Amino acid sequence: MEIDPFIFRLSIFILSIFIGYYVVWSVTPSLHTPLMSVTNAISSVIIVGAIIAALAGNSESIFNTSNIFGFLAISLAAINIFGGFLVTQRMLQMYKKKKDK
Amino acid sequence: MSANLSAIFYLISGVLFILALRGLSSPETSRQGNFFGILGMIIAISVTFLSVGNFSSGFIYVIIFLLIGGLIGAFIAYKIPMTAMPELVAGFHSLVGLAAVFVAISAFLNPEAFNLGSPGNIKLGSLIEMSIGASVGAITFSGSVIAFLKLQGIMSGSPITFKGQHPLNALILISIIVLTYLLCSTQSSNLFWILLAVSFLIGFLLIIPIGGADMPVVISMLNSYSGWAAAGIGFTLENSALIITGALVGSSGAILSYIMCKGMNRSFFNVILGGFGSTEQSSSTTNKEQKPVKSGNAEDAAFLMKNASSVIIVPGYGMAVAQAQHALREMVDTLKKNGIKVTYAIHPVAGRMPGHMNVLLAEANVPYDEVFELEEINNDFANADVAFVIGANDVTNPVAKTDPQSPIYGMPVLDVEKCKSVLFVKRSLSPGYAGIDNDLFYRENTLMLFADAKKMTEDITKNI
Repeated sequence: MEIDPFIFRLSIFILSIFIGYYVVWSVTPSLHTPLMSVTNAISSVIIVGAIIAALAGNSESIFNTSNIFGFLAISLAAINIFGGFLVTQRMLQMYKKKKDK
Repeated sequence: MSANLSAIFYLISGVLFILALRGLSSPETSRQGNFFGILGMIIAISVTFLSVGNFSSGFIYVIIFLLIGGLIGAFIAYKIPMTAMPELVAGFHSLVGLAAVFVAISAFLNPEAFNLGSPGNIKLGSLIEMSIGASVGAITFSGSVIAFLKLQGIMSGSPITFKGQHPLNALILISIIVLTYLLCSTQSSNLFWILLAVSFLIGFLLIIPIGGADMPVVISMLNSYSGWAAAGIGFTLENSALIITGALVGSSGAILSYIMCKGMNRSFFNVILGGFGSTEQSSSTTNKEQKPVKSGNAEDAAFLMKNASSVIIVPGYGMAVAQAQHALREMVDTLKKNGIKVTYAIHPVAGRMPGHMNVLLAEANVPYDEVFELEEINNDFANADVAFVIGANDVTNPVAKTDPQSPIYGMPVLDVEKCKSVLFVKRSLSPGYAGIDNDLFYRENTLMLFADAKKMTEDITKNI
């Protein structure tokens, strides 16, 4: 009997929750704010869905309702991707050790 | 690009995202971690372009919209002051939520593009995943918008409660489940829109009863929601990068919420159901006038600190509000020049989001190895000469250890009172967020400094 591909995705999902659990507990509390901004940035990988949605259909009717929602989602996700990674970078630059001064 | 090859690339970007979080285990590896994150994102986006393979006119528009968003994001990232980080993160969460909703709408309207069947005849599994993604996304969006407005001060930070709030919320949550069931059995697009509207409503209703100082929990919780929304969409799109990321972000937010709740010794449900401390406030205001309080000025404070050999700084949200972190660092530099040992003690829920104080101190060039967490430093108070409390209140209240009647009883607090003397920078004697009086104000060894945190710190520096 063949296994439904859904089960494979579910396995990835469950195992990733465990990875997330252990990885996040190892994050030092002083970096919890950068943790939030970087998780924000990476969750915007939802942009891949937005791109597929925006480019669906034939090229003459690129501005269908469903395409438009795709384009809007691209912009929203892009704000997060650029904003999230850059602000994380900016914060991490500020963390210095005593001897660096 | 074949589906299998792109799936492998998505897996690689998922792994890079795991490494991005792993990097945050120490400040040294964190910058490299962020780089892994960026690399993972570039791979994911490029692979999507290649696998769609449609380089027609639409492609140009994709780039345009991408750049518009990118420019806005980059602009915000460079302009935002570090004190506004909680608002920024709340705002970003709302965008993830809304993007998830838009992708779900798009997939619902045009399921062929995602190989999910045809309109009105979408595969059952996909429809369930889509509804969950859209609904959680909508809750994340409206909840984050409210959190943003509260943090920004546009909306009052105090809890908004009304009669029948909890039954109403419960009713709406049940209706979401019923709507999802009906949507899956009828495929009606009207039900899909109603489901979205109701989800937006519940996100709004869930966050309005939660007060300002509970924001660390709310932001963490919304962080978690945005992850689950992304994972829901990931299942719909059968995309492993999205599923992995969603699970990572979801568990990350959940752990942060747990840490924040533990920092306040409150259960998650207690925080979420909101309305904390409103009854205690009236009783504490009546008897506090009678007790004597020692107050002093900048000269007294400077004198005390100059004669100390070790000082512990306890920053709180008030420091962020007064933007006093740079003035504080200057004060500490002057103290250090006089050979005084200075360290910082940070309570888990100081500020409005997890790690808020650490970022502000880092911004003011405070080396991170001088900054300690509660468990690391709490024993040192007994050996320190001066504790300098700036903008913190409830997290230093000894009542949490002594009075089982107190609403904050059992909350881990910084043992500030064990210091030889305590300097308390505060605008007035008003109680903190929990609405309870702080015993510390009336102690023999406490000197109250009534002033704006930034101005007082500057004055002290002048007097040292």
